[in-house]
Amino acid sequence: MPVPANDSLTGPYDADLLLQAEGVTKSFPGVKALSGMRLDLRKGEVLALVGENGAGKSTLMKLLTGIYQMEEGQFWLEGQPLSVKNPKEAQERGLAIIHQEFNLMPDLTVAQNIFIGREPLTGGFFTKPKELEAQARELIDRLGLPLDPSAKVHSLTVAKQQMVEIAKALSYNARVLIMDEPTAALNDAEVDTLHDLIRRFITPQTGVVYISHRMPELKRIADRVTVIRDGEYIDTLNMAEATLDQVISRMVGRAIDTSARPENVRTDRPVLLTVENLSTKELLQDVSFDLYEGEILGFAGLMGAGRTEVARAIVGADPRTSGTIRLRGKIVNPHNAAEAAKQGIGYLSEDRKKYGLMLGQAVASNIAISSLADQFSRFGFVNDRAIAKVAGEQRVALRIKTPSVAQLAKNLSGGNQQKVVIARWLVKNSDVLIFDEPTRGIDIGAKDEIYHLLNRLASEGKSIIMISSELPEVLRLSHRIVVMAEGRITAVLAAADASQESIIALATHPDGGPLAAAGADHHEEDAR
Amino acid sequence: MTYDPTQTTTAPKSDGPAASVAAEALAATATSRGQAIRQRLQQLLAFGGLAILFIVFAIASPQIFPSYSNVTNILFSAVVVGILALGATLVIITGGIDLSVGTGMIFCGVMSATFITNWHIPIALGVPMAILFGGLLGAVNGFNVAVNKLPPFIATLAMMLIAGGLALVVSKEAPIYFPTGYQQISTGTLIGDNLLPGVPLPRNFPNAVIVFAVAAIIATVLLNRTLLGRYDLAIGSNEEATALSGVNVKKWLIVIYAVAGLFTGLAGVMISARLGDAQPTGGQGYELQAIAAVVIGGTSLSGGKGSIVGTLIGALIIAVLNNGLQIISVPQEWRDVILGIVILLAVYADQLRARRGSAT
Repeated sequence: MPVPANDSLTGPYDADLLLQAEGVTKSFPGVKALSGMRLDLRKGEVLALVGENGAGKSTLMKLLTGIYQMEEGQFWLEGQPLSVKNPKEAQERGLAIIHQEFNLMPDLTVAQNIFIGREPLTGGFFTKPKELEAQARELIDRLGLPLDPSAKVHSLTVAKQQMVEIAKALSYNARVLIMDEPTAALNDAEVDTLHDLIRRFITPQTGVVYISHRMPELKRIADRVTVIRDGEYIDTLNMAEATLDQVISRMVGRAIDTSARPENVRTDRPVLLTVENLSTKELLQDVSFDLYEGEILGFAGLMGAGRTEVARAIVGADPRTSGTIRLRGKIVNPHNAAEAAKQGIGYLSEDRKKYGLMLGQAVASNIAISSLADQFSRFGFVNDRAIAKVAGEQRVALRIKTPSVAQLAKNLSGGNQQKVVIARWLVKNSDVLIFDEPTRGIDIGAKDEIYHLLNRLASEGKSIIMISSELPEVLRLSHRIVVMAEGRITAVLAAADASQESIIALATHPDGGPLAAAGADHHEEDAR
Repeated sequence: MTYDPTQTTTAPKSDGPAASVAAEALAATATSRGQAIRQRLQQLLAFGGLAILFIVFAIASPQIFPSYSNVTNILFSAVVVGILALGATLVIITGGIDLSVGTGMIFCGVMSATFITNWHIPIALGVPMAILFGGLLGAVNGFNVAVNKLPPFIATLAMMLIAGGLALVVSKEAPIYFPTGYQQISTGTLIGDNLLPGVPLPRNFPNAVIVFAVAAIIATVLLNRTLLGRYDLAIGSNEEATALSGVNVKKWLIVIYAVAGLFTGLAGVMISARLGDAQPTGGQGYELQAIAAVVIGGTSLSGGKGSIVGTLIGALIIAVLNNGLQIISVPQEWRDVILGIVILLAVYADQLRARRGSAT
């Protein structure tokens, strides 16, 4: 049994407590987003805050920073009542929030971004660039960040942009750092760097609230974990004593199997898609691989290894400088996604909101869009009845949670939005589905459903390329695993031969050396 | 028989405001299901505004304003801006803008006169040619936007200048007069002249309004019932996602701009037919009136959302304002001020509603 870390929340004058919330309630028209929520952050700790999408994490953060105002309840900062009216005031009180989406100006430099609104000035108007840079340099050195203050933010990787956000937040002498899904776009090496940074931030006077969907990380970084569900406080556990399964079962209210392995792995199937010597101007070099019928082919690698670029080059969304794409032996070489779709290759982007959905359109329209011309229209006239029928069937088959297919896509949760995009390509009857980060930003219960769906599609004969930065996901689903680094394929592993360690080794050491090391890892894995 | 806007014969049937009848008929054709409720609300808002304006003017000028002939006048005056606004709606839904419709329309009028007067092409052939010429101008806009990746504002700003300049070049800077009969396209009164014997049809009802109504029905069907409309909304919602869904976005953007150009061509025919000659100047400003009509009607300038009914109401609001203010003797300069304020109010109300709608 897990031990409740702090069964009776102490009153507001406990000297060990940095930040507290008591009885916080907030509703929106028709929805109670938070009800009697509590939270206690001790001095010197990293407190993980977990809950499914819609559990109320974001609402709590928005109340803390004054974006929303609560109806009932109270926050305390070191025993003092805390009530902020806007994010600026929160900043002044020492609360820093790193949002999932960064608030950076891409065309300004690192230094300009950090000190925006507080630039050193002459006569209250003219900027002093040298002093600004010196201030930024001093801050960056103090935090030990690998940043160049004069670099433009748009030239930085996502991980470094996040460091800029953190530097900006900490430059206000924050004592409470709240991070919303800080690792959603980071690879494993970058996650480690971030965790180092967090550990350095922690002193006996500071604390971190760490919101994440990535369970294994919590073990590494968090001291305690608070679980919330459906707007209510569920439990707080000591991380050292709690198992991930316990945390997950509190989140979803039901047990979930995290040890599943790939299904229906077979080696006797015909090749469906062949990619030969695929190269692009910027990144890809001689990428070649086969995809078998009914196979889930995982693509692993660090951010920037070129996995998304492979997908985009295959469907012609980005230009190829060389390469041949064959479908059942026939050269197809699509010039754009429209041609690829016609050939039966569908690409489901990592960024559903930007490249996947028409958020302002109905679910039915989103499902039908790829098949309008060939299935749902005659002489250019659209058959709405047929669309509604087929969309309704998909809604049932994929268990898309929406009151009706006329609902706008933006009103669905992340997992259901993903299902809408999947339904689109199923209706199109595509043979090859390229999933780019299929479960990014999706809560863990819905993730499981997407996994089952991918397995089912493969068993029905669809061929699936699955790009994922979550190694457990890659290992759980992939029949074979392609590892990429710096625009090239470094290895193709059979599911049985792959482990997290071997994949990381192949992804971080692209020069062939670690192949032996990967082999060693693999034996270790067997021995366990 | 010819429709004379200055004529003030009172028709036997002077009861229902023709404006609302027309709007009702058009509302019946708007059957978009998806974002129905929201759009309905916006249309209700805009329609309510139109109704209130109508009532206010009717009270201010009970003798003249609500009379049959004046309502016909209002409809007649809404034709050119209204037809331009139909095309502009399609373009604005993609998230684009078309600044070239004002001078483009004038250029099409000049081309119509060139075909018919200078080249002696029969009217029945010359008019479709002028409309197609508008489609060509639109296709060039579409090509520049979709293939050359120019921002729509720039591509159509350039076309605005080019079309305006070429209209002067082709016409040699002088109006070109049309042969008799051409004017009938606008000011003739087809349904008044015993079209259906025995059926009491409104008298002295100008053809221009009928052309406008047919154009509006075509635009409604295009937007709500066809691939063009679906792709229009999809591109405006999310162009990248639409392309990755397997839609040939470049092709459809060219088609949409070209179709908008056809409406520009039609507006060119209607304005030249109303005047009886093709004026080589005077187009500038129409594009902004058309955009104003679209915006008042609730179509979002950021794309992905819009309706033809809304645009019709927007065009009618502008026409009612101009007409009503003129009747109660408000000078032109103040009419512009009031129109500006109406645009601000309409868009502000729309945003308020959208904000409240997404607050959950």
